[in-house]
Amino acid sequence: MRKVAIYGKGGIGKSTTTQNTVAGLVELGRNVMVVGCDPKADSTRLLLGGLAQKSVLDTLREEGEDVELDDIRKKGYGGTWCVESGGPEPGVGCAGRGIITSINMLESLGAYEESEGLDYAFYDVLGDVVCGGFAMPIRDGKAEEIYIVVSGEMMAMYAANNISKGIMKFAQSGSVRLGGLICNSRAVDNEEEMISEFAKKLGTQMIYFVPRDNDVQRAEINRKTVLEWNPEVKQADAYRGLAKAIDENKMFVIPKPLEIEELEKLLMDYGLMN
Amino acid sequence: MLLRHTPTEITERTALTINPAKTCQPIGAMYAALGIHGCLPHSHGSQGCCAYHRSALTRHYKEPISASTSSFTEGASVFGGQANMLQAINNIFTVYNPEVIAIHTTCLSETIGDDLPQIKKKAAAEGKIPEGRYVISASTPSYAGSHVTGFSNMVKSMAGMAEPTGKKNGKVNIIPGWVEPADMEEIKRITGVIGVKTILFPDTSGVLNGPLSGEYKMFPEGGTTVAELKSTGDSKGTLALGEWCSADAARELDTKCKVPCSVLDMPFGLMATDRFIDALRTIAGVNIPDEILNERGQLVDMISDMHQYLYGKKVALVGDPDQLIAMTEFLVSMDMKPIHIVTGTPGKKFEKRIKEITKDMGCKVNVKAKGDMFLLHQWIKNEPVDLIIGNTYCKYIARDEDIPYVRWGFPILDRQGHQYFPTVGYKGGLRLLEKITGVLLDRKDRDDSESKFELVL
Repeated sequence: MRKVAIYGKGGIGKSTTTQNTVAGLVELGRNVMVVGCDPKADSTRLLLGGLAQKSVLDTLREEGEDVELDDIRKKGYGGTWCVESGGPEPGVGCAGRGIITSINMLESLGAYEESEGLDYAFYDVLGDVVCGGFAMPIRDGKAEEIYIVVSGEMMAMYAANNISKGIMKFAQSGSVRLGGLICNSRAVDNEEEMISEFAKKLGTQMIYFVPRDNDVQRAEINRKTVLEWNPEVKQADAYRGLAKAIDENKMFVIPKPLEIEELEKLLMDYGLMN
Repeated sequence: MLLRHTPTEITERTALTINPAKTCQPIGAMYAALGIHGCLPHSHGSQGCCAYHRSALTRHYKEPISASTSSFTEGASVFGGQANMLQAINNIFTVYNPEVIAIHTTCLSETIGDDLPQIKKKAAAEGKIPEGRYVISASTPSYAGSHVTGFSNMVKSMAGMAEPTGKKNGKVNIIPGWVEPADMEEIKRITGVIGVKTILFPDTSGVLNGPLSGEYKMFPEGGTTVAELKSTGDSKGTLALGEWCSADAARELDTKCKVPCSVLDMPFGLMATDRFIDALRTIAGVNIPDEILNERGQLVDMISDMHQYLYGKKVALVGDPDQLIAMTEFLVSMDMKPIHIVTGTPGKKFEKRIKEITKDMGCKVNVKAKGDMFLLHQWIKNEPVDLIIGNTYCKYIARDEDIPYVRWGFPILDRQGHQYFPTVGYKGGLRLLEKITGVLLDRKDRDDSESKFELVL
């Protein structure tokens, strides 16, 4: 089983990209589990056709520590297993601890056992690696490959660079590696070239360029992945391409994060090219 | 009447524990770690945690407990405890030079997400762990499980030290669970008499019941050695005593090193000891030695001699799951009626097991995992008992309700002997029975009318 974690700046489209990619992997015949690590518990909405999932932490709070696997996971589109770790409401408690608790619980309940026959487990992680809890999915023995969703906007690249720092720290003593950057286009000038260059400087690759297309939003309104909503549209092929690229990816590296000046220069060089 | 405010009427409580029947995970982890020879337990968190856990153990075992701490400050809480831990490892090996550092986490370091395996690897990579020295670690947040969970987690980490060589050592691993140092000594005596070569881990005998020799030793003679722990992977099998305390470690050895395991109850009382002895006999392929048969016969003799005083006596029990399961079975086997049973440790399996043991007793049994002493007291008020068996915290209930009381379990803070005299095995069963009949007959002597007062009982 390959354990994959998706990171990236808040609002960059991690959950949307993850779920659409997972739908692509399902088309390739892969068995996938998606673990949403966001207190908002909206990482599996498109696969489940709505926010139908009871989160691990809600279950834990209501039913105590005697939780069973079937209480917390649900079958979604194409037979994917969907889990939402959930967490506190905004402004209280500790969301990071929530991730640690729910991943530990999934492990002890045997969600990752070989008998489950999974090809992939995806962790969809909220925003930045802001604290120890958010690094849980990249601890040794957890996710082994990371993809960072990024766009050509400054703050998204800045976040990606920061996440690389987190990965570097854990990669030194564990098996976690960066698999590449996924560019989720915001239609910024020279975006594809800039992210390719950024990836190269980090020592990795831009594994795929997902073009901006309103079909993604249309599918979202229908609570579906693009592939389920309308498998014929061009954007569906984009996600198929991304799924295939991840499935065939062989390039796993320890990233080399950039100094801030270097990052700024990159932006200047590409942003001012026209 | 210190507990006079405890109401008889029981109301549903979900968010409130009163007088808990459990304590912190790290206390268990620390106790387990002290069962490794030459080991310094290390608390990864603020200083207060470590101070409390050390004193909790000292109050029970009446021995100094050495342990170090990462001494978190505000800064460490914000930036993570890695720097403190690395510095601590360096200092500890430089100043105290233990053979093993056994790190456990605290609520704080768990919550901020410190990843001990990662820090350990970094320390090793930076050469902070000298050749032939070891660092093991266990995750022990106190907001999950109980002191029993912490004990079990650390014992599992000890099992992780196994280094199979591929050549069998002809020994059997015995994981005794959280029992007294005297109990560990007794288990070693029994296996010796039967002729089974064993590795017992953890082993706190000689560590927490040592003699006063006038000379201070930071690392006493006792404890399972590193060589033995490494060798556990070459043993022919593992006997884990107690599902809650020991099973995880046994299963770890099974999965990682293919050492087959069986999980037994802790050998308290007649029947659980029978099963333990039988398992040892099967492994050794011998007949049970006369010495052991004799001890069993003595216990059976005392049970039959005293049966008239034991029969039908109602008992309230509080303690840890593995101990309570064996004790409940022991009491039921002597026709006593354990009717109120509470553990603070969570686990629905516990309630199921107790119900199974008591199903033919012919009366209602109150049992609760994740319960507290307040509930036990309320049950006792609703249906009084003839005897309470539990740790020192029971003394408040026993005094208020005027009920005979035997101290057994953890912690015992106000009486002595538990470190030195075992309660496991047949001999231990005799001691338990001596204590139980002692308090029951004292009560009879106190309450009997002058005409009923007897010289011979």
